Amino acid sequence: MSILEVQSLQKSFGATEVLKDISFTMEKGEVLSIIGSSGSGKTTLLRCLNFLERPDGGAILVNGETLFDADDPATQREREVRIKRLRFGLVFQSFNLFPQYTALKNVTLAVEMLAKERPDYRQNRRAIQQEIEEEARTLLDQVGLSNRVGNYPWQLSGGQQQRVAIARALALKPEILCFDEPTSALDPELTGEVLRVIRSLKSSDRTMIIVTHEIPFARDVSDQVIFMDGGVIVEQGSPDAVINHPTNERTIQFLSRLN
Amino acid sequence: MQLFFEQFPIVVRSLNVGFLQTLKLFFVTLIGAIPLGLVIAFGSMSRVKPVSIFSRVLVWIIRGSPLMIQLLIIFYFPGIVLGKPIWGGGEAGRFAAASAAFILNYACYFSEIYRGGIQSVPVGQEEAGLVLGMTKGQIFFHVKLSQVIKRIVPPMSNEIITLVKDTSLARIIALQEIIWAGQAFMKSSMGISGAIWPLFFTGVYYLACNGLLTLLFGWVERKLSYYKV
Repeated sequence: MSILEVQSLQKSFGATEVLKDISFTMEKGEVLSIIGSSGSGKTTLLRCLNFLERPDGGAILVNGETLFDADDPATQREREVRIKRLRFGLVFQSFNLFPQYTALKNVTLAVEMLAKERPDYRQNRRAIQQEIEEEARTLLDQVGLSNRVGNYPWQLSGGQQQRVAIARALALKPEILCFDEPTSALDPELTGEVLRVIRSLKSSDRTMIIVTHEIPFARDVSDQVIFMDGGVIVEQGSPDAVINHPTNERTIQFLSRLN
Repeated sequence: MQLFFEQFPIVVRSLNVGFLQTLKLFFVTLIGAIPLGLVIAFGSMSRVKPVSIFSRVLVWIIRGSPLMIQLLIIFYFPGIVLGKPIWGGGEAGRFAAASAAFILNYACYFSEIYRGGIQSVPVGQEEAGLVLGMTKGQIFFHVKLSQVIKRIVPPMSNEIITLVKDTSLARIIALQEIIWAGQAFMKSSMGISGAIWPLFFTGVYYLACNGLLTLLFGWVERKLSYYKV
């Protein structure tokens, strides 16, 4: 069974159709890169998957479970959205770290909030708290920031902030981790360090969707590449097929500008 | 000069009593207006049209007309026009009416400061909280509130310092605050008459009070300067 199945997703803002009939599937452990020019609907697609936008049509299934179906109001209850969101993680282009908290607290905050909902939280508060903090330190170590845990976002470079944001998203153990142009706000040097971290996350049990303009990176890291244009998937397949041997004229045109 | 030294303790004692009333009105206004302002701010931002229209019209009326007139209307309208005096007699009644007018007036000013503060928090902060599975309430209290407070401290200090001085307007309904007490010596009070210096001297009280407030707000700003927004 596919870990993610997106069926005929549609989304309009007013009269502008941003997503027209988007369908694709992903297997567990896969990395999917979505490329395409600005305004092609890539970000909107990620925002739909994370329930920041409500699609106007289509369905989203995770592990065969229907999380959203535009034709089934039972899948659209507002109070269930919060739990469904946890199936996905999202790393933003502009990091969106919480400025008043240290790197460590940025990673632990949401996990702590969720832990408070556990029935055994009151009895084991100390132990749970300690466990959360240890996990956060491990994650920050994993993204190469073990010496920055006590720093506030303004004391970190853009690349370091983005790596904290990645650790923050990982802390909630999402089934599918999404990146929305994670390096578009960074200079080439900082881009490199963030891409290295993303690459290091690739493993058999981590599923990732990466919206990016870093074509060579997409080619190296992905199992599957989607090229979007004007709200539709124009071309889809292995990185070699889509990036090295594109067949659609629009894809060829887009990629030629990058070389 | 000798006369001045004879008058001084008498005047100070009287001004102290007046200033106590000033401070009482100041604190009661803050205690009432700080939370009421938040309610009005959420009202103006509400997606329920009648609520937001009501809040915005209220803010327009209160900010658009002089506080002095609001004091007069709130104090006299129930008794004279409706024939139902609700404020009771004497200084306590005047204080109640003045408190109501000041709380309403300042709540409206505060609400606009809050609204500006809340709306200036980047939408990405809320979205980051949402994708991390936080509830709207958690996002407000654990993500936005500190950033809102940091942003509104400077405009709030301005408004609160203005409030200290605005309390003198309550004199219009004969509330016995410090200006009222100082002015009394111009006519005759406690054996002193025709003295204008007590009125001038009230300025020292305002300056001292606002000096302390300035120090306090400076301290709060420094406390919140450990991070940048």
